[in-house]
Amino acid sequence: MAEKDIINPENLVYEKTKVMTDKVLHYCPGCGHGTAHRLLADVIDELGIQGYTIGVAPVGCSVLAYYYFDVDMQEAAHGRAPAVATGIKRVLPEKYVFTYQGDGDLAAIGTAETIHACNRGENILMVFINNGIYGMTGGQMAPTTLPGMKSSTSPRGRDVRTMGNPLKMTELVAQLEGTYYVTRQSVHTPANARKAKRALKKALEYQKLNKGTCFVEIVSNCPSGWKMTPVESNKWMEEHMFPFYPLGDIKVPEK
Amino acid sequence: MTEEIIIAGFGGQGVLSMGQILCYGGVMQDKEVSWMPSYGPEMRGGTANCTAIISDTEISSPVLTRFDTAIVLNQPSMDKFEDAVKPGGLLIYEENGMTRKPRRTDINICSIAAYDESVKMNNTKVFNMIVIGGVLKVRPILELENVIRGLKKVLPERYHHLIPLNEEAIHRGMEIIKTQHQVD
Amino acid sequence: MKELRLMKGNEALAEAAIRAGADAYFGYPITPQSEVIEYLMRENPVDRTGMQVLQAESEVAAINMVYGAAGCGKRAITSSSSPGISLKMEGISYLAGAELPCVIVNVVRAGPGLGTIQPSQSDYFQAVKGGGHGDYKLIVLAPATVQESVDFVRLAFDLAFKYRNPVMILSDGIIGQMMEKVELFEQQPRIAEAEEWATVGKKPGKDSVIVTSLQLQSEEQEKVNLRLQAKYREVEKNEVRFETYQCEDAEYLFVAFGSCARITRKAMEMARNKGIRVGLMRPQTLYPFPAEELHRLAGQVRGILTVEMNAGQMVEDVRLAVNGVTGVGHFGRFGGMIPSPDEILNALEKQFIGG
Repeated sequence: MAEKDIINPENLVYEKTKVMTDKVLHYCPGCGHGTAHRLLADVIDELGIQGYTIGVAPVGCSVLAYYYFDVDMQEAAHGRAPAVATGIKRVLPEKYVFTYQGDGDLAAIGTAETIHACNRGENILMVFINNGIYGMTGGQMAPTTLPGMKSSTSPRGRDVRTMGNPLKMTELVAQLEGTYYVTRQSVHTPANARKAKRALKKALEYQKLNKGTCFVEIVSNCPSGWKMTPVESNKWMEEHMFPFYPLGDIKVPEK
Repeated sequence: MTEEIIIAGFGGQGVLSMGQILCYGGVMQDKEVSWMPSYGPEMRGGTANCTAIISDTEISSPVLTRFDTAIVLNQPSMDKFEDAVKPGGLLIYEENGMTRKPRRTDINICSIAAYDESVKMNNTKVFNMIVIGGVLKVRPILELENVIRGLKKVLPERYHHLIPLNEEAIHRGMEIIKTQHQVD
Repeated sequence: MKELRLMKGNEALAEAAIRAGADAYFGYPITPQSEVIEYLMRENPVDRTGMQVLQAESEVAAINMVYGAAGCGKRAITSSSSPGISLKMEGISYLAGAELPCVIVNVVRAGPGLGTIQPSQSDYFQAVKGGGHGDYKLIVLAPATVQESVDFVRLAFDLAFKYRNPVMILSDGIIGQMMEKVELFEQQPRIAEAEEWATVGKKPGKDSVIVTSLQLQSEEQEKVNLRLQAKYREVEKNEVRFETYQCEDAEYLFVAFGSCARITRKAMEMARNKGIRVGLMRPQTLYPFPAEELHRLAGQVRGILTVEMNAGQMVEDVRLAVNGVTGVGHFGRFGGMIPSPDEILNALEKQFIGG
């Protein structure tokens, strides 16, 4: 059967958003990045702001995010995306600007840039993918790795006495005057994905208000780094990650 | 004509602005000028100095080790710069607070009691203008009117009502400067 | 009508940035260059031209803000002094790799480490040989006067956009802190329309614009490197700038840049008064280095003395240019010490004339 026979209008239940390119995603099977990409791209499409959006890609698994988002993008040095986004937004204040960063990028090497961009209340969206591990470099400990969780640099599990505690970056930035909307979501079930999409949409809509930084954490899985099947990893995430990183809004605009 | 001047004293004596006023005066008189301050933490209450060069021709080095004129306003500055005056050059020192007289015999030496005079004028802030008056008396390198025009550039507009007072201070300085030693 | 002012080097440079039509300045205070951001904040250029000024949380953030603004095709500038420039080096490498135009000012102080806040030229290698990682070059301009601190800002932006390359202005504590007469150029317009490589929002029917220095395939990365090298050869061909003083009859030659060239010129005048026929070459561009002219001059003199406020950095480029045609010596003071004209003249006599 040819492709055109399968994909005819009555069979069509899914359509790729036009804000995603046709490039094949390099992410591991079962990884949350692909879903998160699609949701953000969908939102950009629905808001009709493809031509008015500039994204900043991080260093980490999503270093090549600019291959997949069909918007103008800049690739930042490791951790520096919030500073790069600040530079963009300051000279193009009428454009929509987002960063897309992982936990190492946003919560370790780029902590200063994250805190200060949020504290200045830069009118940008920061998307924070937290999977508690360094995926791209091969499964090393992240600032958000849970206590006791194994990684290639905490092979006997994270010992908080010597390796420090996991950093709840999202709660931290919610304390800052400059943030306007701070929320923690996940994309591992259709229901959660729908919620995460609503959060991303709100965050981009708020950008028009010039009221401050919007910060959307997405707790995600890393089947390769966690050495689990995708299904196992989602289950593990629900059982271990969510208790430590509870889902839901942390700071919402005052009515 | 090239006049290479070092002005040194305590922070707060108006050392840096004296150099600036002379340089602005130089600009008004169509001279080439260069002003180079000492900078850093010592500015905050410690010793300060600046080099001011006023010349008819293009200025090469803004940083110098020997000077035509040294204006020293405290003892550490005299200790540091007395030997830096070129033979036949000029040393001007503030009388107040000095514990010794200059030793050089191959340079012209003048003294000025600018601090005492400023007290008499009930305004110690014009101290540095009194010194400038003394300098202009013994080294008439700039026209007085150009120095006043330069002063207007240094002073923010809101202080321009003080210009007559500063002009008066310059005249006092011209009157009270004393020659202590003269070569030739 | 020309506008003549008496200005500090740092302040004049800041004013020049506004007048050059800069869109944004991002910086972090450090002695001896804090007057740049202080002047800009006082002047509030957003009211004059729309130029944005932001005090960043660090030099690292500032250079990455420059990256973001430059990636949007805007004229972005930052300034710092030596320890801060070391922090910026990561970002500078990325800017060079992504071929983004920008201006970086280094008002050099002495190192290594925290060093002193006094003037130095000890960042020569860092400026002209890389500094950050990877095979790249900055165009490096070395002002010797407050006037050049102004003129080179405009030139730096022109070169940065002509070659899509970061340009460094290598000033120092003397040039930054001193006051001289300066003629300011007229206000230039800010950039009205972004170039095609800039991220300003995807145009309908066109591919999205990507600003990146990443190439995962070595074959592709080598192509980038070759393109950069070809660009640098163009820069070397077109953009060499220098001044010479009294070289026509010179038997000896001084080579010095920046503030040190001013002091050396005084030494040259003193030498001439003593009957020593010495000339001075002052590179205005440290990269590209005026190697060809220096080689030519080397053929006519009996010796060359490089004078620097460092332990001997530019002297290596001088030796490469001279290539053994004549003797090359070095005289330097460092650690924030400034050589005196007498010392320089003594060094010439001792090393070459036999005093």
